[in-house]
Amino acid sequence: MPQFDLRVNGRTHRVTAEAGDSLLAVVRDDLGLTGSKFGCGEGHCGACTVLVDGGALRSCTARVGAVAGKAIVTIEGLAAGDRLHPVQEAFVEAEAFQCGYCTPGMVMAAVALLDQHPEPTDADIARVLDRNVCRCGTYPRIVKAIKAAATEMRRRT
Amino acid sequence: MTDIHIDPERYELTEPARYVFDLPEVDRRQFLRIFSVLGGGLVVAASMRASAPLYAGDEQAPQDASEVQAWIHIDERGQVTAFTGKVEIGQNIRTSLSQVVADELRAPLASIAFVMGDTDLTPFDQGTFGSRTTPAMAPLVARAAATAREMLIDRAAAAWQVDRATLRAADGRIAGAGGRSAAYGELTKGQRLAGRVTASPAERKGWVLRGTAVKKIDGRGVVTGRHTFTPDVTRPDLMAGCIARPPAYGAKPRAVDDSRARVMPGVTVVRDGDLIGVVAANERLARQALVALQIDWSPAPAQPSSKTVFDHLKRTAAEGTAGGGRGGRGGAPRVAGDVVRARAEAARVFEASYRIPYIAHVPLEPRTAVAEWTDGRVTVWTGTQRPFGVRTEVANAFGLAEDRVRVIVPDFGSGYGGKHTGEQAIEAARLARAAGRPVKVVYGRDEEFSWGYCRPAGVIDIAAGVDRDGRLTFWEFDNYNSGASGLPTPYAIPNQRQAFRASDSPLRQGSYRGLAATANHYAREMHMDAIARALEVDPVTFRLTHLENARMRAVLEAAAKHSGWPKSSAAGRGLGIACGTEKGSYVATAAEVSKTADGFHVDRLVVVFECGAVVNPDGLHNQVEGAVVQGLGGALFEAVEFADGKILNGTMARYRVPRFKDMPPIEIVLLDRPDLPSAGAGETPIVCVAPAIGTAVRAFGPVDQALPIRLL
Repeated sequence: MPQFDLRVNGRTHRVTAEAGDSLLAVVRDDLGLTGSKFGCGEGHCGACTVLVDGGALRSCTARVGAVAGKAIVTIEGLAAGDRLHPVQEAFVEAEAFQCGYCTPGMVMAAVALLDQHPEPTDADIARVLDRNVCRCGTYPRIVKAIKAAATEMRRRT
Repeated sequence: MTDIHIDPERYELTEPARYVFDLPEVDRRQFLRIFSVLGGGLVVAASMRASAPLYAGDEQAPQDASEVQAWIHIDERGQVTAFTGKVEIGQNIRTSLSQVVADELRAPLASIAFVMGDTDLTPFDQGTFGSRTTPAMAPLVARAAATAREMLIDRAAAAWQVDRATLRAADGRIAGAGGRSAAYGELTKGQRLAGRVTASPAERKGWVLRGTAVKKIDGRGVVTGRHTFTPDVTRPDLMAGCIARPPAYGAKPRAVDDSRARVMPGVTVVRDGDLIGVVAANERLARQALVALQIDWSPAPAQPSSKTVFDHLKRTAAEGTAGGGRGGRGGAPRVAGDVVRARAEAARVFEASYRIPYIAHVPLEPRTAVAEWTDGRVTVWTGTQRPFGVRTEVANAFGLAEDRVRVIVPDFGSGYGGKHTGEQAIEAARLARAAGRPVKVVYGRDEEFSWGYCRPAGVIDIAAGVDRDGRLTFWEFDNYNSGASGLPTPYAIPNQRQAFRASDSPLRQGSYRGLAATANHYAREMHMDAIARALEVDPVTFRLTHLENARMRAVLEAAAKHSGWPKSSAAGRGLGIACGTEKGSYVATAAEVSKTADGFHVDRLVVVFECGAVVNPDGLHNQVEGAVVQGLGGALFEAVEFADGKILNGTMARYRVPRFKDMPPIEIVLLDRPDLPSAGAGETPIVCVAPAIGTAVRAFGPVDQALPIRLL
């Protein structure tokens, strides 16, 4: 079976996989990084969202062969040690979750969103996060958290 | 087990390190087990009957009131561990119950841990459903914690030879005159103290942490991906398993050729009765092996489709009203007065037939189980709302005694009533037994849609009549299959006949958030609105004319006031309203909608909710908002489509659930009633979303008598 070098959270991992294996399966099963979640396997719920070269990607439909060598960040790689990313902090502060299963993907999608839209409107958030589902229905709180994080990130820069 | 008001054995409190409590044998064994797991200290057990006077006026009495339902242990370092069979699925009870314990025990929140939903460690519990935790479990743990606090005061009073009235508990310590104080851990050191609840919890005015917006416990674990959900559970030598699913309901395997799968490296093919599955080192290898299985399936038998199901449900419903349909349950009708005579004498009669589709729960965490066999015992980690029910299912499936089965439930990716059963646990256990290794089964999204269960479909027929003054004189309400909860009308109508009849359901069906109350409220409130419109009476006035319950009137009047009733907040919008009650709490919802090219758009929701005394206002707000968002799905677009034994829209792309773009501004008004017991809140706020929207849409023309809501 072929081998690929995956750069995940700043470390390079050599994995044995088929080129067509999903990034999510490899990250969870081979690297033991279970923060990214399986929700639908079709790229429509966003629970598996990771960053690849800074952009949000559905890791359940991304193929290992297509992302080898690229900079992959999963939810485990977002905080700097004990210091949470502003988006993570804002989610905690706004209590922008219930069961929390969508949260890792939601946080990663929000980080990518804020990279493109430092001052997002409600419409920006609704459009960009259209494929991130929170079945518990905490959307209003997530919007609030993302806006709070945006404010904090602008303050810091 | 019936003698539950046993005092703590106070005279023993001065005599350390001995098991001496006059408790029934079962309790003694439970206590000893706790001590053996957690070490010495203090344990208080609590049973339902002890807290019975604190119920929030509900009808669901516990089946075995003598059973211990929760216990609290304080170890020699002052660490508090509370045990309940309830599970955490996002409704935030791990936090709200911890607030209760910390408050009553006068101990820091950080010193409290809850062990939940582990059948070896926690007391029996029927399950986490029916909005029971806050009205029933919270008062129970409150009394246990209060009793533990009083026992600690007794212990300090005895040790220091002082009057207990001079001592007080605060911050995890007992303090007395002259600056003397001892931490809880010092008082329990070297002890094995046990008692049953005797103390009463604090009145609402004595709450400190309760009533405040404490942050979710381990919110940090959620946002960092560290929290272990069910699919994240791992075991040494864990394998992945997949099940071969029939292409349609009722299809049976006629022939199986597993020769290609069998030769794949590391793959075990499992043939166990009706189960065909594969086990491999990881899930992607298992999925490949599954594809390699050649199975010849028999054709599926003829069965109803989502288009023909409503006729089917009425046709197969039990004749009469007291019996059940095929394989279902029915109930005796609720009758008052004489509906036949009232109908004959009515000035006007209004009839309608409302259709309710099947809908899916779509929890983002699909059904998942990890099973491990050791020496004839099986341990299953699974996301279920009924850990003890699943233990029974697994025990029955393997012919084991229940004490040979342990079910452990992580805080999981929710259920909304959709995870009461244990099919995934049994499947994982069968594969694990055959493979001789621990096995994890994670349902794919298609499996979750097709092999979970649905909120029941139904037909609700209503006939109602008014006299010449426009007062309702009779109300006939026939629910076919969608369920009995929330069925009785809250309106004062002298002649009533209301019945639920179970039918033969082509799809597997079961519990749901608010279950049938959502369907029954939709039909009832749509009908009340239709009558008011026909009589040219204001729909709020019409309801209030027939409402006697002060709590219901209060939420309806508040929703009218906050929404600006009868004027919408912007020109050209329709404004609708609905009210209801279920599981001891009250809700009224107002909706504003506008016309669009292809239908309508929801522009604003106002939700007024009252559930007695509020324990955690932010957690409650979150639950209300979540229930309302879930209600939007059923109101606007959710419906399971099926034909020929297949689900036709069983993907996230095709089964539409609410997303960011579907969110209207939602204004939530919580009416805190500190004078009333706390009722549960996770379900009831869902029930009025659809009728509020449906009645609002009538501003633009007639609305189909069906969910989801459509203009005709």
